[in-house]
Amino acid sequence: MTALEFVLICFFVSIVGGFIGSLLGLGGGLIVIPMLTLALKVDIRYAIGASIVSIIATSSGAAAAYVRERMTNLRVAMVLEIATTLGALTGGYMAGRIAGRWLFVVFGVVMAASAVMMLRKRRNLASDEGEGTPWANYLRLHGSYYDGALQKEVPYRVVRARLGLGLMYIAGMMSGLLGIGSGVLKVPAMDLGMRLPIKVSTATSNFMIGVTAAASAGLYFARGDINPFIAGPVAAGILVGAMVGARVMGRLHNALIRYVFVVVLLIVSVQMLLRGLKGN
Amino acid sequence: MTSNGSDAASPSAPPEDRRVVRVEIVISWVLRVGVVTSLAVVLVGLVLIFVHHPELLTSTTRLQDLTQRGAVFPHTLSEVFQGALRTRGEAIVAVGLLLLILTPVTRVAVSILAFVYQRDRAYTFITLTVLIILLMSFVIGRLE
Repeated sequence: MTALEFVLICFFVSIVGGFIGSLLGLGGGLIVIPMLTLALKVDIRYAIGASIVSIIATSSGAAAAYVRERMTNLRVAMVLEIATTLGALTGGYMAGRIAGRWLFVVFGVVMAASAVMMLRKRRNLASDEGEGTPWANYLRLHGSYYDGALQKEVPYRVVRARLGLGLMYIAGMMSGLLGIGSGVLKVPAMDLGMRLPIKVSTATSNFMIGVTAAASAGLYFARGDINPFIAGPVAAGILVGAMVGARVMGRLHNALIRYVFVVVLLIVSVQMLLRGLKGN
Repeated sequence: MTSNGSDAASPSAPPEDRRVVRVEIVISWVLRVGVVTSLAVVLVGLVLIFVHHPELLTSTTRLQDLTQRGAVFPHTLSEVFQGALRTRGEAIVAVGLLLLILTPVTRVAVSILAFVYQRDRAYTFITLTVLIILLMSFVIGRLE
């Protein structure tokens, strides 16, 4: 393979990864990192560094629409970003300390968990009943959003802000350690933990992912793990793929195809795990 | 709010938040432009790499040097800017990637101004904390 071929292959692989990621609502990183490391033999730290900058691009691109529709709870986002960015710094720091093979192992486990999470039935636990909790009240986290299906404004009360902060620290750590958006952890922390409506959780998670990724991306860049030769084509490719995915298809809801993808993701996650355990 | 959703500060939002929402909408669009600009810079840089190093189009041995551990590329601010001034491709790509990393940082910085403007002490403090954490990341990476 010549260098030119390598750049072009990285670009096209990332378009595919960004496309599939946006269909599944997973983001590109979880798909592209195994492609880069297993198929193209890219060093896992460079793959993670490339993925983390790509996430900033896709998150910033999508956030505008959600904010305009007032789906995003900006106050919740600002508060939780303290935890996600601190977590991202911790994860990014850890990534520089542990051996590459263990990054494969952790990645395999998180990827498998994310695949299984795709099957969860999302129940809306949000309500406007009750008092809220002291922290949520003090920080005025409660809000409302316009529900298109119900055609009315739906108010909600936020609970357990501190639990949310704790879970977000862990989500940020996974993001910084593995170069993924970790929306798979952020969304349940909000809808199951803090009782935000599902749509608000998704929009707010997307809003926070870019800021979270920036915290570890700065660290990766300064450390020399963002290789322009790899991160350049990957960032451009994932953004193009995600934009096409969002425009052409929207979110994929067909249950059968989702099951197929879950199985494929599980197989790939086992390969990542084995690669780490063999440690070559 | 239906499709004519430009009216973001609808009456149901807490009145003091309307300005923040409005500022965020403007920032979101600026960021979109920022993302597209930074990726355009990245693409220019990639093309320049091959213009300056035509041997990369044919040679397969150099690929190892570029993609494996220990590859040499600019990753400090001074390396990046000095390289960019000499129109070195890797440095231009790095400038684009740095711009990309700085876009969310800018978002947070501008949000602080919105909270200061409406004299919201708690949220000014919260957002300032996030900004400090983001700036620390560059420092920690350098110290390692």
